[in-house]
Amino acid sequence: MSDAQTVSPSSHADGGHAHPAHLAHHFETTGQQFDTGKLGMWAFLATEILMFGGLFCAYGVYRGNHPEVFIYAHHYLDKTLGGINTVVLIASSLTMAWGVRCAQLGQQRGLRVCLILTLLGGFGFMGIKTIEYSKKWNTHKWVGVGNLYHPGFSGGADGATAHSQDATPGGESEQSGGATPGSEAEQSGGAAPDAHTSDKTADGVEPHTPAPGTTMAADIDAPAAAGSRDAPAGIEKSLIAAPAQGPAGVAPPWRGNPDADAHVVHYESGHGAMEFSDLPPAEQQRVHIFFQIYFLMTGLHGIHVLVGMGLISFLVFKAFAGAFGPGYFTPVDIIGLYWHLVDLIWIFLFPLLYLIH
Amino acid sequence: MAAAHAHVEHGFDPTHDFHAHVVPIPVLLAVFAVLIVLTALTYAATFVDLGAFNIWIALLIAVVKGSAVALWFMHLRYDKPFYGVVLATSLLFVALFIGISLMDTLEYRVEYKPGATTVATDA
Repeated sequence: MSDAQTVSPSSHADGGHAHPAHLAHHFETTGQQFDTGKLGMWAFLATEILMFGGLFCAYGVYRGNHPEVFIYAHHYLDKTLGGINTVVLIASSLTMAWGVRCAQLGQQRGLRVCLILTLLGGFGFMGIKTIEYSKKWNTHKWVGVGNLYHPGFSGGADGATAHSQDATPGGESEQSGGATPGSEAEQSGGAAPDAHTSDKTADGVEPHTPAPGTTMAADIDAPAAAGSRDAPAGIEKSLIAAPAQGPAGVAPPWRGNPDADAHVVHYESGHGAMEFSDLPPAEQQRVHIFFQIYFLMTGLHGIHVLVGMGLISFLVFKAFAGAFGPGYFTPVDIIGLYWHLVDLIWIFLFPLLYLIH
Repeated sequence: MAAAHAHVEHGFDPTHDFHAHVVPIPVLLAVFAVLIVLTALTYAATFVDLGAFNIWIALLIAVVKGSAVALWFMHLRYDKPFYGVVLATSLLFVALFIGISLMDTLEYRVEYKPGATTVATDA
């Protein structure tokens, strides 16, 4: 077949092997080349879904174990900005799909307009994300010890500071190296001021010895305490001791609601705004993990948006060179698939992170 | 190959088998409108207290939105079914991964209930 004369207008002589300029030598037809590229893209998208699936699994496990942490901490996310970002991404998905249509029909001007609008959508999304991230940074809701709920946060880890939106700025950069364990231990005493006032002395005397019959509680709490690696011994101790109060192993009521059973109902139905003091002491120490999950999931998604913006910029350049048309639009199509997947992942991230009830 | 050989006799056209479906503009706009409406709906649903059903409603809406994106914006509705098989396979394994992990998690969750009076003896 290679020495047959081609009827394609964009053919070039290539050692007697004539074919359209866009058709690589190892493909017989444009359709075969298109299908190959598209299947490759879908295989890649499948791995992307599996990667994000791991993060969604981490989210599900942690939310399943600590629903009250999510109910409390998600109030720090801006639902309105998140909603606007959802609309921005959906709109950019529309212009991307429209751009593929323009490329298929050879509408060069429409293709350029659609690609540029899609790129602007990416800028809009990342701009709003920057506003959100900046607010988190300025109010010490960052990752690791940059989060004021982290036991190692040196800007103030007591309940009062953790509860206020405007912690003193400036402590952020200084405490990145880690605070001294001694000060953390002192702060841990104040982390739950009213939680175990009755036996603070007992806690101090026997930091690592659970009361008889509470070994199971200690075993359960140990992995969670290990989650904050640099948590001092004092904090682990408070996690264990909290449910071990009382002669019959009855946990003490925490401030805000003396009726422990009512609290269980409260968390599961989730009505009303939850105060930091409503959280059990052990859960107060875990609030920062919500922000780790939030930043990891939205951060990885944001990186994907940035990559997509780079790819679409490439498409804009090629489109202005007139590279795409009815016979060849594979790059527009498969980069469009990638962009739609980024949109699709955000469609799940938005309700799961921002719209917790 | 048989089709290609048939073409050789009167000039082989390598673009002959290339007929991609073009999505009509009204369909694109309709999908966009549905996505916006569902976004508003999922936003509004958070202000209604439905207990444990809130998360399932939010997930259901997200699945519908995701399906709309995949079927029309990503052309699965018109493409060869194999691309959909690739997508469904990845989703199946994600569902297995998360589902089995959550089965284990929820099995132990009773120990974590705040205010549980006998944490030590539940297990």
